[in-house]
Amino acid sequence: MRVIDVKKITETVANLCLKANCSLRADVLGRIKLAYKNETDKKAKAALKAIIKNAEIARREKLAICQDTGLPVVFVELGQDVMIKGDLRKAINSGVVKGYKKGDFRESIVCNPLARKGSSYSGAVIHTDIVKGSKVKIIVMPKGFGCENKSRLKMFLPTAGIEEIKEFVIESVKLAGPDACPPYVVGVGIGGGAELASLLAKKVLLRKLPIQKGDTLRSRVLSLRPGTVPFLEIELLKAINSLKIGPMGLGGKTTALAVNIETYPTHIAGLPVAVNLSCHALRSATAIL
Amino acid sequence: MKKEIKDQYNHFKSLTAGEEIKFSGIIYTARDQAHKRLINDLSKGKKRLFDIKGAVLYYCGPTKAPKGKVIGSCGPTTSSRMDEFTPFLLRKGLKGMIGKGRRSKEVIAAIKRYKAVYFLAPSGCGALVSKYVKKAEPVAYADLGPEQILRLEVKCLPLIVAIDSKGKDIYGED
Repeated sequence: MRVIDVKKITETVANLCLKANCSLRADVLGRIKLAYKNETDKKAKAALKAIIKNAEIARREKLAICQDTGLPVVFVELGQDVMIKGDLRKAINSGVVKGYKKGDFRESIVCNPLARKGSSYSGAVIHTDIVKGSKVKIIVMPKGFGCENKSRLKMFLPTAGIEEIKEFVIESVKLAGPDACPPYVVGVGIGGGAELASLLAKKVLLRKLPIQKGDTLRSRVLSLRPGTVPFLEIELLKAINSLKIGPMGLGGKTTALAVNIETYPTHIAGLPVAVNLSCHALRSATAIL
Repeated sequence: MKKEIKDQYNHFKSLTAGEEIKFSGIIYTARDQAHKRLINDLSKGKKRLFDIKGAVLYYCGPTKAPKGKVIGSCGPTTSSRMDEFTPFLLRKGLKGMIGKGRRSKEVIAAIKRYKAVYFLAPSGCGALVSKYVKKAEPVAYADLGPEQILRLEVKCLPLIVAIDSKGKDIYGED
């Protein structure tokens, strides 16, 4: 059995916190640059340019991309043939504190959600999966709360049609409007129970965004089968971008950068659908030990 | 060329929704908990922390200032969370607000009534915004940590007029 000391975990998490908060994901930045190229609206183009410039400054000067350095969400895929020597949860939280301190990030966490006193770094949300193998995968996702506040969950009837789901997703983006830093990445979780649908909606934001050259959406739709998840993703992206909320909510054709959907088996009596929006500063960093 | 305006609020009245400006002057950071306390203190007539009359509030909780920098990342937070507190502050003389996103009908009406202005700052661009901050000093509620009130001196901060003193809203449906 492979043994990994918790010190290694702490060190890794600290580095991931720094990387995620200061270096915008290459796929996200690439998608924004593509949107900038395709955007024709003057204000939208200027807003996208500011976003690109912001990412460059953040990377160069090791500044946080956004002052909201987020709720640190940590996904751990723990190989079942690995033995962690020490307290894993404690090690992850220590890593978050270490990384956030080093980066001079914001103490956005209140340990008591009701009393709301004593802001700090600690209190990462940790999701652990036991998986096959002898490796440990750690993903740190600092989730901004402006967009997190726009999350929604609806328990549909099992007889609900795909049109109703589409309407719910589009409505969620409409409700967020210009408030939560569009262009968004829209995470949708379908199936499981209430908690899993919500988790899927967030976790699917980690999926690498496609960087297509030019506007190939049309041809992609034609090549996909209606009713399938990839088809639905493209359809929804088109519908959301026709809302013309645009970057900073000032109009233009870039309201969302992508729609990512994840599904899971569910019960015959229901159909849970969750939406988790990410602002344009979709941040995460991954390491495999 | 974008118009450069100073923080004297007689400049504010001439601004129109949609207009892009460069703002230079003093702004005070204040977000959720600071608003709650500010209202409480002002209602009780507690001693003034700073003059709200003619002031500009910036809905922002920055990251810590790294060594050698004036301030950390400091973009705007969602303004609508401050909506329930804003009409009171406008009545007390608040003249400008900087944030991101929409405002409530009540806020828009109060902005019109008290001839104030609501601006948008580059949202989700905290590293970029930090470049326009020349000075930052704590003013009140230090125990609130990132939510404390800071006095910021900004130079040529790019803003967009979102709601002007006539109540015209950039996000309005007309």
